[in-house]
Amino acid sequence: MSVDISSYRDQHFKGSRSEQERLLNQSTTLYIGNMSFFTTEEQLYELFGKVGEVKKIIMGLDKFKRTPCGFCFVEYYQRDDAENAMRYINGTRLDDRIIRTDWDAGFVEGRQYGRGKSGGQVRDEYRTDFDSGRGGYGKIVQQKLQTPEF
Amino acid sequence: LIHFIKRALMMSHHRRKRGYDDDEGGGGYRTKKRRTNEHMEIEDRLESLILRVGEKSTSSLESNLEGLASVLEADLSTYKSKILKILVECAMKLPDKCTIYTTLIGLLNTKNYNFGGECVELLVKSTKDALKSFRWSDARFLLRFMSDLVNCHVVSAGSLLQLLDNFVDAALEEGVPQVRRDWFAYTVLSALPWVGRELYEKKESELDRMLGSLEGYIKRRKKIHHNALRVFKSDHPHPQEEYLDCLWQQIKRLRSDMWIEKHIIRPYLAFDSTLSEALQHNLPSLVPPPHHPSTLYPLPTVIFRMFDYTDCPEGPILPGQHSIERWLIEEQLRHILMSNHLERKECAAQLLSYPLKNKIPLEYIIVEVMFGEIFRLPNPLCLEIAYGSILIELCKLQPSTMPQVLAQATELLYERLDGMNKTCFDRLVNWFSYHLSNFQFRWSWDDWEDALTQDPEEPKAKFIREVLLKCLRLSYHQRVVEIVPETFAVFLPDKPSPNFKYAANGQFAGSVEVRASEHLIAAIKRKCTSEEVLALLKQELDPPMAEEDMEDNVCNPVKIEVFTQTLLFLGQKSFSHSFAAIAKFYSVLKSLGNTEEAQICILRSVVDLWKSHQQMLVVLIDKLLKTQIVECAAVANWVFSKEMVPEFSKCYIWEIVHLTIRKMNKHVAKLQKDATEARKAIEYSDSDSSDSEDESRGRRKTKPAERPTEDQVEKLEDKLEAAQADQKNLFLIIFQRFIMILSEHLVRCDTDAVDFKTPWFHWTVGRLHQIFMLHHEQVEKYSTTLETLLFTQDLDPNILDVFHQFVALRM
Repeated sequence: MSVDISSYRDQHFKGSRSEQERLLNQSTTLYIGNMSFFTTEEQLYELFGKVGEVKKIIMGLDKFKRTPCGFCFVEYYQRDDAENAMRYINGTRLDDRIIRTDWDAGFVEGRQYGRGKSGGQVRDEYRTDFDSGRGGYGKIVQQKLQTPEF
Repeated sequence: LIHFIKRALMMSHHRRKRGYDDDEGGGGYRTKKRRTNEHMEIEDRLESLILRVGEKSTSSLESNLEGLASVLEADLSTYKSKILKILVECAMKLPDKCTIYTTLIGLLNTKNYNFGGECVELLVKSTKDALKSFRWSDARFLLRFMSDLVNCHVVSAGSLLQLLDNFVDAALEEGVPQVRRDWFAYTVLSALPWVGRELYEKKESELDRMLGSLEGYIKRRKKIHHNALRVFKSDHPHPQEEYLDCLWQQIKRLRSDMWIEKHIIRPYLAFDSTLSEALQHNLPSLVPPPHHPSTLYPLPTVIFRMFDYTDCPEGPILPGQHSIERWLIEEQLRHILMSNHLERKECAAQLLSYPLKNKIPLEYIIVEVMFGEIFRLPNPLCLEIAYGSILIELCKLQPSTMPQVLAQATELLYERLDGMNKTCFDRLVNWFSYHLSNFQFRWSWDDWEDALTQDPEEPKAKFIREVLLKCLRLSYHQRVVEIVPETFAVFLPDKPSPNFKYAANGQFAGSVEVRASEHLIAAIKRKCTSEEVLALLKQELDPPMAEEDMEDNVCNPVKIEVFTQTLLFLGQKSFSHSFAAIAKFYSVLKSLGNTEEAQICILRSVVDLWKSHQQMLVVLIDKLLKTQIVECAAVANWVFSKEMVPEFSKCYIWEIVHLTIRKMNKHVAKLQKDATEARKAIEYSDSDSSDSEDESRGRRKTKPAERPTEDQVEKLEDKLEAAQADQKNLFLIIFQRFIMILSEHLVRCDTDAVDFKTPWFHWTVGRLHQIFMLHHEQVEKYSTTLETLLFTQDLDPNILDVFHQFVALRM
């Protein structure tokens, strides 16, 4: 079912698994992934506003640069609206990219920062493809490219 | 499948037997529990078997039905009531499998006459219950089901006709709303494709008589509501028929074809010899429950048409608009849509798996049905994005055909924009921009060159402009510039940027106001308080006056404008920045906006600053309403003010109007809920009589701690009354303003001897109509007031008609 919680669990969550699951099942907050670094809050309001009144949007930021790093949280006033976002927005395009929506246990200060070593998201550390909307190559690949070959 | 069924049930039979043996002589409770669990397991298995019959199988449908009937026959003694319940549920919720389940019941009836009788009784009872609880679809499908049972020799034709006659009588009843009568007429007609032939063969004269009565009713009734629901004004090239008229024409055509229809799959035909041996039952009497003033009947609809057979490529022919096949297909597709709309991928797959897809141009019919739903008036049944995302899934599943059909549909709709309902126009703008955003905004804009030479208020020119504005919101300005040919530059939206009147190096440099703004910016950056801001504004911008002369209520527009624009200019980076700014200096804005005039001044300041960024305007005004810095009535009056005339026909203005009305409606609804709950809580605790009686009825007596006081409840009820007065007032303002500007226009055109049907006129009437449509449930509450105060008989019919059409929706 498109509104079911996924298998992802936040490793930094302060509480038990079952507590996290309880929160996920009653949450009105969604995590949005695979965004372009250039996608704006305005674009998010427009798309996510199509299923209901958006309460708040929190852009995901690079921990060091404090610039958007390709994810965000969208919070609704009603659970119903968040469910409809899961049904109708998950897997469709925003800014020409297919975005993914998933339940979030609730925003806590600090969660707006990427957890990758370089400051962005973890996935951008390890990926090997070139993604012009997400800073080009993954961070490790970028470093390798800069290292002179002996 | 038969082997599987038999084995599955035999296994559970064995397990049951073992249970008895094991527990001989003791463990009574455990035996009972195991028996109950096994009982439930078997019930679940039976339910599964029944639900799944008719699905893809290696065996034929007929052999599956035969097998299932034998299996169920064996279980009738123990599981009869469960089986009956399941079958009735199937009748109500699986109308596309109607003939499968009627055949099943037909076969069971031959094996067990009493069971057939109990089935029939439960069906009639369920229909009565459905009618009493206003489950209109359930009732309609049940009637169809019972009609089809005549084909299976379970029900006698005569007793069915008796029931149908009772429904026809309900359609002919005087002094009740037409929407009620229409529903009964429609329900009878919608059963005839299944049973028409049989009734024709067995009871031709009674059938004719019944149809005669229906025809008389359908022709005589009023159709004032029709124009309110049309997507297109004109009936060329395709008529926008009223739903009952259309079905009547389709049934008439079926009748002239001797009731022979080849579309419905009828498994009972294969069992005709067996079934005709059966004894039939007479349907117990069913008289529809009488009308009650509080009953809400389904609203009438219009049948949306955009394709005819000439639009489809070589191949299977699109059934004509008055063929019963067209109706049957659309019924089924709509049912698939409404049953699966919560799972868009499954929905698309189901739509494309339509059983007879090779005989019809399926994509065209799906697209027509989908747009019919998107354009449905007064409101669609689902979120607009639900339809949009299902259409995208359809494109994914049929990439070689669906996108082309959608493109063709878009072209067709574009060509017909001139006569399109303005509410539907908005929906088309929303859908098309959303769809483009999922396909890299690729479109053959050049095909629409004709719009370049049009007056910008003409629908085609406006459509392109509004679509690009929406595309802007989903992307960014440079992207929109890149997606259209250079010739289309005239349609491009402005680049969103703040137009700050009090910029330090702007046109008012050196003025008192600009200096005040600069000081304000410095103070805000220093993290000053609201009090300090108010003091600064007073000191620098209030005219010098003796304290006694200073009236609190005199609005200082300059002060308001300087503050509002400066604050929002500082917050320009994003919506969140602006919201934070508003939150931080909420008390300043609240203090400045102490009258409606002052609030309108705030709105004007906001619009002047952000005119090129319509989306920002919408979210800011929404925020100002939410924080109650600005009242709904102020927004309404502001929209109709002279300053807003140039903006009046732009879509974003109406986005603002509708969100304003919705906020008011939500507010009233919440207070209603709170007041009703509080009143209930008191009422239960007031009744000091028999606690046990209350508890046995399941009512929880409110504990003293949570019980609100009479005083608190009255306060809530007062708040509710005040809110309802505000809501009524809001609608009165809006409607009154519409009447004023439309009347002025009509008078002016009359005086100048010019045609009043200008683009402005069409847009404005369209927007008036949209208020009625989008908020019909709320407006309905105030119809009498509106009729008495505003929409009086002396009003020009061009304006009055819109009101009458709206009222006719429920008459």
